Order: sequence, then structure tokens, then C-alpha cells
Amino acid sequence: MISVLGAGVAGLCAATALAEAGHRVEVIVPEGAPPPVSHLAGGMLAPFCEGECAPEQIVLEGQGAVTWWSDHVPGVMSRGTLVLAPPRDTPELERFARATRGHDWVVPGALEPDLVGRFARGLFFANEAHMDPVAALRALREGLIARGVACHSGAPTGQIVDCRGITARKHLPDLRPVRGEMLELHAPDLNLTRPVRLLHPRFACYLVPRGQGRYMLGATMVETGRTGPITARAMMELLSAAYTVHPGFAEACVIATGAGLRPALPDNIPALIHQPDRIHVNGMYRHGFLMGPILAARLVAHFAQETAHAD
Amino acid sequence: MFYGTELSSRLMLGTAQYPSPSVLRAAIAASGAQVITVSLRREGQAGGEFREIMAQSGCRILPNTAGCHSAREAVTTAQMARELFGTDWIKLEVIGHADSLQPDPFALVEAARILSAEGFKVFPYTTEDLIVGERLIEAGCRVLMPWGAPIGSGQGLRHRAALAAMRAHFPDIPLVIDAGIGAPSQAMAAMEMGFDAVLLNTAVARALDPVAMARAFGQAVSAGQLAHIAGLMPPRDMAQASTPIFGMAELV
Repeated sequence: MISVLGAGVAGLCAATALAEAGHRVEVIVPEGAPPPVSHLAGGMLAPFCEGECAPEQIVLEGQGAVTWWSDHVPGVMSRGTLVLAPPRDTPELERFARATRGHDWVVPGALEPDLVGRFARGLFFANEAHMDPVAALRALREGLIARGVACHSGAPTGQIVDCRGITARKHLPDLRPVRGEMLELHAPDLNLTRPVRLLHPRFACYLVPRGQGRYMLGATMVETGRTGPITARAMMELLSAAYTVHPGFAEACVIATGAGLRPALPDNIPALIHQPDRIHVNGMYRHGFLMGPILAARLVAHFAQETAHAD
Repeated sequence: MFYGTELSSRLMLGTAQYPSPSVLRAAIAASGAQVITVSLRREGQAGGEFREIMAQSGCRILPNTAGCHSAREAVTTAQMARELFGTDWIKLEVIGHADSLQPDPFALVEAARILSAEGFKVFPYTTEDLIVGERLIEAGCRVLMPWGAPIGSGQGLRHRAALAAMRAHFPDIPLVIDAGIGAPSQAMAAMEMGFDAVLLNTAVARALDPVAMARAFGQAVSAGQLAHIAGLMPPRDMAQASTPIFGMAELV
């Protein structure tokens, strides 16, 4: 038996892959635990865009994520990513183009009619995708239950795979919190069909369409463990960035806000960490949905090797 | 000497916007910097993990009041910084304009006076204005940090003649070019002009390879410092006639 602690993206990917590999698995979440921070994620599968500041490993390993998610959950939209900058900040766009690959220069309005006349140039990353993280995690959980995997709040009965994010920090002294804040908007008058990233030296944002006029607007990155709701500053900066993408966002309803702590390792690369009493899948940082599948595959390989040794 | 402290490396590095703490640490090491600045206005008391990483770099920490828009905010942030970092050094930043991040000289002088009286060693982020500089010294500052250009702009030494005048006006005050540096050549030029140090962040943090860029800046700053000490030859205007002129026909 393998006991997966935590039902965020790391835990559910791990449990799914282990169950598919034929292991007996249980998923353990303490009663009354807050929803996982993965629920606040953008749900972008954007390995090429992330290459702007993430190391090559993320770009390479993240490319398998679209296929994995498409095979496991409904609603993965392969419509690419559009990257924009306000006219004054076009040097940011040039820098982004130099720092990444897998893109073409486009006229944004040709891809997103709502942006006609607003931006002269943009970068289009055709091989990227997005999905609704809450719906995707729900689908994984239902898949596990359908396979007979128990999800409970009792004591673990098997080998521990710890996927509790920042909650596991007392086992992982190198783990640090990076606060992220986001909003959800309802803007039925606007119709953006793919994630849009706005570059700016300070007030950057991304917008991810969730369907039915809903958009996820994210996200701050603050080196702090401060909990509590979104700050006014974060809200003002994110909203003004969204307004720069399209003034129509000024008429949007703010239907939800969120703030959470991303678990991050010193190199910001998600990893498996082996300890005598457990294996951690942690340090997801801003790459949970991108890197969850590959870490799960690595975990399966580890247990396969262990079984081979035992034989 | 910066408040009695001798620094062999005259490059000071900001710690924001790096791809990861690992890259930041490697960049600090590659640059040879002995002073790093760290912000805490937004991070607050709960940013302990990141502060710990900074402390482990072995550099002297120069906490800053980035993000403060009034003297009062800056003073409170400086007091919190002294408590959290255990240093009385403070890079005093009071922002006058949210977009250009231009310093507010009036609030700056006011905050510098309060903090100096409380025993802080104030490193004020200021413009190249001579009178503001004098007021800051009168308020207790023994270092001035004029901008090269607006923060994050990478424009280099935008008002070179004014900066040269400032250097000449304050011969005995350590002057640090803070902000606006985009290329190692610009940092080197500042050092050749006789500035005592250069403080920068974005040019390294947002380079495609921050560690290599940090090394480049470290070398440029030390080359510029060495050139200034060695004594640069003044440029000669070859367009002006000189005497005597041998071998030229004198046409009467």
C-alpha cells in the first residue's frame, strides 16, 4: 500500500499514476484541511513561456504535460498562449522572445478579435494549452474513486508519499513559501479564447479564460509566508494590468479572490525528495500542473525499481 | 569608506527578480559583490526564509525601503529592517512617482534626518541635484546615491555632466551610482568618472544568464575603479591646430 498525503495537483497526479501502475493506493487529507493551493492556479500548460525565467529542465519535461492531462481529464484546451506588452514596454516583448522558443510574431487582433487595434505585435506560443484546475483535479479525484482508491482522513497504512506542499515544511528545511494572489472575473462582454500574458517591468499579469465569460487573473509572486486574503496593492496592480489588456475588464464583476503559498525549493524546480520515512513530491512553485505528471512518472519508476530489488 | 567600512568590491547588487534563490546566490558569488540590498516593504515580517538565504550569502546586507511613498512609511520600514537584519545600514528610498520611481527629495531629506538621529547609517537614493545632496549631508548622511537613470530603465548615466559636477562638488563623500545601469560599460564609465561604487539589480537579474552577467559587471566595476586610480589620459582634440608644425609648406 502507498499512502499519498495531500490532494493537490502533486498528490492527485502521483496517486493516479501509481494506481495506473497497479499499486494499491490511498489518498489522505486531514478533516477540515483547507482546499489545496492548486485550486488557485492558472491552469496554464505553458512550458515554452515558463522558459522565460525557468531552467531548460522545466521547458523540456513540461512538454509532456498537455498529453498527460488530455488523456486524464476533459476540458484541456489546446489554443496556445498569446503574449503582449503595452506599446511603451515593447523591449519586454523583445526580451521575452529572446528568452524563449516555440513562438511566432503575430498581430494579436488576428487571433483574438477583441484585441483588434489594441496591440501592434505579440508573441504566439502555438503548442501550449490551458484548463480549469478545479475541474481537472475533480476529474482526477473521481477517476481515483472509480478505480477503488480510498480517499480518507485516517492514519496512513502504507509507504508515505508526502505531497502536502508548504504544510510539509517542517520535514523540508529548504522549502520556502512564495505567496501568490489572484482574482476571478466575470466579463461576459469580452471574448478571449486563450491565455493572454501581459508583460510589464512591474505590473505584469495573465488572464486565463474559464468559459462562460469567466477569467482567472493572476498572479503575484512575493517572497513571504504571509497568509491572509489578497492585498489591495495586488488587486489594484492586477486589475490595472487587466485593464491594459482590454478596458472592458473595468466592467467585470470580481467573483472571487484568492491568496496562497506556493511551495518552492531553492532552484524553483519541483522535485522528488527521498527521506528514510517518506518520499516527498514538493517544490511545485508555479509549475504544479506542468510538472505534476512527470514527477508522478518518476515516482512510479522509483517504486518499480524498488519492487525489482525486493524480488 | 562607507560609514567606516572598507569594501574591496565596489559593486552592490539588488536581490529582486531573479529566476530563483539558487541563481541569485550564484550571481552574487560570480559578481564578487560584498553588499546586497534586500527589500521588505511588501514581504513583511513573514519573509523569513528568503531573508535567511540572503544572510547565508556572506554579504553585508543593505536593507532598503523600496516601495515606500512617504517619509513616515520609510522610517517605519527602516526600523523594521534594523530589527530583522540586525544592521543600522539602510538604503533609503522614498518614491515620488509610482511609474518612474523618481525619488521624492523633500520626503527623502525628512526621513534621512529622522533616521540619522536614530543612529541609522543612511544610504539615500537621490537625484544628481547638488542642493538636495547638501541637505542630505546636513541631515546626517555620509554617503549619497544618485541615480544614473530611472530604476529598471537601463539607460545608463543619463545626465553625465550633472553627475560629473556632483562628483566634483562632493569630493570627500562616497558617491554610489544607484539605478538605471543597463550595461557593464555604463557601470565602468561611472567608476572611471570617480564614483565610489555602483548599485544595480535589473540588468543582472533579468539577463538571460544572470550569473554570467553578474561576472561581467563585477569585472567592469573593478576595471573602471582601477582605471580611475591609474589616471585616465584626457582626450585630445585633433581638430585643433597645434604648433609647431614641421614639414608643412608655409604658403604666403
